[in-house]
This record gives sequence, C-alpha cells and structure tokens, in this order.
Amino acid sequence: MLAEFIQFLFSGITIGSIYALAALGFGIIYNASGVINFAQGEFIMLGGMSAVVLAAAGLPLPLAILLAVAVVAVVGLLLEKLAIEPARNADIVALIIITIGASLVLRGLVQVLFGKNTRALPAFSGDQALQLLGATILPQSLWVLGTTVVIVAALAWFFGRTRFGKGMLATSYNRLAAQLVGINTRLILLGAFGLSAVLGAVGGILITPITYTSYDAGIMLGLKGFVAATVGGLGSGVGAIVGGLLLGITEAMTAGYVSSAYKDAVAFVLILLVLFFMPRGLFGAKVSERV
Amino acid sequence: MSGAQRYYGLAALVLVLAALPLTFPNAYYYDIAIRVLMNAVVAIGLNLLIGYAGQISLGHAGFFGIGAYSSAILTSHFGWRPGLALLAGAAVTALIAFAVARPILRLRGHYLAMATLGFGIIISIVILNEARYTGGPDGMAVPPFELFGWQLVGERLWYWSMAPLLVLVAWGALNLIDAPAGRALQAIHGSEIAARVAGVHTSRLKTRIFVLSATITSVMGSLMAHYLGFITPDVAGFFHSIELVTMVVLGGMASVFGSIVGAAILTLLPQLLATFEGWETVAFGLILVLTMIFMPRGLVPSLRLWLLRA
Repeated sequence: MLAEFIQFLFSGITIGSIYALAALGFGIIYNASGVINFAQGEFIMLGGMSAVVLAAAGLPLPLAILLAVAVVAVVGLLLEKLAIEPARNADIVALIIITIGASLVLRGLVQVLFGKNTRALPAFSGDQALQLLGATILPQSLWVLGTTVVIVAALAWFFGRTRFGKGMLATSYNRLAAQLVGINTRLILLGAFGLSAVLGAVGGILITPITYTSYDAGIMLGLKGFVAATVGGLGSGVGAIVGGLLLGITEAMTAGYVSSAYKDAVAFVLILLVLFFMPRGLFGAKVSERV
Repeated sequence: MSGAQRYYGLAALVLVLAALPLTFPNAYYYDIAIRVLMNAVVAIGLNLLIGYAGQISLGHAGFFGIGAYSSAILTSHFGWRPGLALLAGAAVTALIAFAVARPILRLRGHYLAMATLGFGIIISIVILNEARYTGGPDGMAVPPFELFGWQLVGERLWYWSMAPLLVLVAWGALNLIDAPAGRALQAIHGSEIAARVAGVHTSRLKTRIFVLSATITSVMGSLMAHYLGFITPDVAGFFHSIELVTMVVLGGMASVFGSIVGAAILTLLPQLLATFEGWETVAFGLILVLTMIFMPRGLVPSLRLWLLRA
C-alpha cells in the first residue's frame, strides 16, 4: 500500500517538475510581454529531440545536451524576433494564433527532418533502479528533481539579485514605467523568450530518457505546462512550481488508482474547475479591466 | 456592409456555386467542393463567435466530434434513422454548450482560450477511450445519410444539397449582423463592459451565440460523418480545432465571405501538399503567423479595404 503510494507520488513529482519548468517558461514570457506562448511545448519537444539527434550523431551525451539547449535557445530568440516583435501591437487573439502557428511550423519541420518515429535518449547515469520504502525509483528521476531544484534556485537568484532579472520584474509590473527609468524592454522581451526556451529545453532533455519523445510530444507537455501555470496563477513563480507539482501528482494518482486511460484528461478537468471557481488561479494577481 | 452590397455578395455566391460544377471533369472535384462547402458552413458558425462576439474557441472540434459520433453511434449501434440521430446530436451539443457557456464565457483572453481548449480535448479523450462504442483510435464506419426514405448518396446529390445549405447559412449570418442582436454582439467585441453599460445583456447574448455556433458545428459534424462514411477521433482533436480557427482568421474575422474563402483555401491546401508529408503542418503554421502579422484583418476584409482605397 505505502510502497505503491510512494511509487505514484514519486512519478508524479518527476513529471510535475517538467510541468513546473514549462509553467515557469509560460510565466516568464507572460510577465515580460502579456503573451501566452503556445509554442512552449515545442521548446520541450525540441530540447529532447535535438539531444537525441546529436547523441545519435556520435557526440558524447554531455556535449549533445549542452548543444541541444543552445539550439532551442536560438529558436526561442528567433521566434521572438521573427514572429512576436513584428506583431507587437496585435491583440490577444492574434498573439495566441501567432504562437500556435509558430508551434505548427516547429512541429512540422521536426517531422520533415527527423520523421515521425518515437526516439529515445540514454539515461544520464544508467537504468539500475533504486529501492526506497519498497518503491522502485529510476536514477533519471533524481536527475530531474535535482536539476529542477538547481534551476529554481538559479531563477530566484536571477530575479532577486541581477540587474537583468530585476529589470524583467520591473517590466512585468509596469512596462512604461520600466522604460522611463531606462530599462530596455525590447531586450527584456528577447531575453524572456531565450530564458523560457532554455527552461523548456532542459525539461525536455531531462524527461526524454523516461518518457521518450516524438515530433508531436510537445502538444500535451506544453498544454499541461500551461494548465500548471494557470492553476498556480499566471505569472507567479511560486504558483508555477506548486501548479506543476500539483498537476503531476494528481495525474500520477489518477493513473494509479482510477484509470490510466483517462490520465491525460486530469489536467483539463483540473483547469476547467480552477477557471470556473477561482479564475485567477491559486497565486494569481487580481486585475480589473479598464474601459 | 450595406444591404445592397450584401445581396450582391449572396447573388455572386449563388452564381459561383451554380456554375462551378460545369468546370468539374470528374467526381474527385465534386468531392473536394463538397468538403469546402461543409467546412465553409462550420467556419461561418465559428466566425459568429470569434468574429462577431470576439470570443475565441480552441475547442470547436469537440462539438464537431459530438455531432459526428452521435450520428455514427446512434445509427450503427442502435439503428436510429440518420435524420433523428443528427437532431439528437445537435440537441446534446446544444445542451452541453448551454451548460458550459456561462462559466466559460465569463473568462477572457488566454483563460477563455485555455478553457475552450481543455473542454475540446476532454471530448476527444472520451471518444478515444470509449472504444466499445467509438472504435477507439481505429475509428468507425457510418452508414449513408437518408431522410424520409430518400438516400443521400453520390457526389452530385451531396453537392446540390450542401450548396443551398451554405447559401442559407451565409444569408442567415449576414442578416444576423445587422439585426439588433448582431450590433449588440459587435459592441461586446469592442468592449464588453461598455456594452453592458449601454444596456446589452452580455452574458445572455454570448451564451446564445455560443450555443448557436456549437450546434451548427455539430450538425456539420453529423453530415460530414455520413458523407465520409468513416470517422476517426481526429475529427474532435485539437488540430482540427486549430484548422477551424485558421479558416476564420485567414478569411477574415467577422466576414461571412471571408469564412468561405478561408475554408476553401484550407481544404484545398492539404490536397495540394498531400505529397509533401509534414510540410502541410509547416504551411498551416506559416499561414497563421504571416496572416496575423501582415493582414490581421484577414484576406477578404484586407482586399476590400485595398479595393476601396484604389
């Protein structure tokens, strides 16, 4: 009983960490620009896929991983330069459609270049499972958790201690005021896309040894990251992490105790409940519309 | 658009639809034309919601799926008559849409996009998993459509049934815009709070248009299921929702004729690109991005502006 519970809990926390990273990516872009980046899931897929392809081409794993993160970061910057920046004054519906379009382009290109097959990446430190209170835990899960903790700490330092991070926060509170005190908000926006792409790529690379990846893996991962971000409250860092873990654990428990066929529906039932009963999420700011 | 302009447009549509079959060398062309007609009706229905009321839906394929699978399941598993099954599907869709409309349409922007998307995906997951009735990922066969003992088979018959339907729906949509309800909808699109201050019962109106739009989509889902004779859960999938939104956006939000053009382009495109697997997705994506950047109003309204200026 307990062993089973711990097993589910652990797999929930593992996948929840990936959702949390995706949710942080959504939040960072949302804060910098008010845009919800529907291509965030493609960053995750692209990270995993690039690492797979580079490793298959014969690069040592650590190098393949670093290069994959760099590739996705460049894609993120290009997305901002080519698709978001030219449409700066568009309304929300237009921006949603632009990022959906960009995600289709990325997904289609990966399908054309690397095919529709499911691809695997070797685990970072072997497949020898560990035992904990009767539950079996993959070493890759520990990599996921450890890296996520390091990234969250690094982000806290970045937003709390560096000029660029503080500039990002200032921009999210009030773009005009930030511009007036000399913050380059265009650069902030570009940086936000780069940073989100890196977060997505890292998540994608970490999870690929466990779940594998394919050209269309980004859709569900991205949507669930968005659910996590919305559950926690769009734009809230703590909310993104709580939302991600909450979603991951709920999903794993549903798969374990209720029905694995309906595992994927959990996120979307959760999001409808949250939006119906607390539309600002758990940690979201209250805003009122001006007329 | 003024009243006279509207009837010129409708007359042109009737002429084009009547003359088009003269140019069709074989049944394949009829087949494509029928798909365009059906998609155009769905796009007009969705445009009522997106273009007129300003409410995005990323889950309309869910309603399409409810219609398609209601018809498929009721006719093949329970022996219902297709006409009755279509009505039952439409009624179920209307009820579901009515039930979710209030809480969903209270949301705005990204939250609305997320809620409609989540709703659509839940429907497609249910269809995928209830394999006992739906055949799961393999899909299921659907018997031909018949009404009062009269079977609708063959491309010609379908074309001459769907063409008048499109004209009828286009006419209805055009009339709705200039009716008081249509003007109120456009006020909601401009600013919801301002519309409410001016005395528009916004939530009731939004609910009605949502239910109408969902029901049209469901009916077309039923008809498409009968026409194709075979359906898979993809008809209710996220990608289909995106395709429908693309038709509306590319053709032009709040433009009835735009929706027809958008549906035509998006139906023809996969046929032209069928040999380049994967590029189809890239092309869809590029169309979305480029339209939003360079012609945020969409093809038909941009062309009209350009013609007026010239």
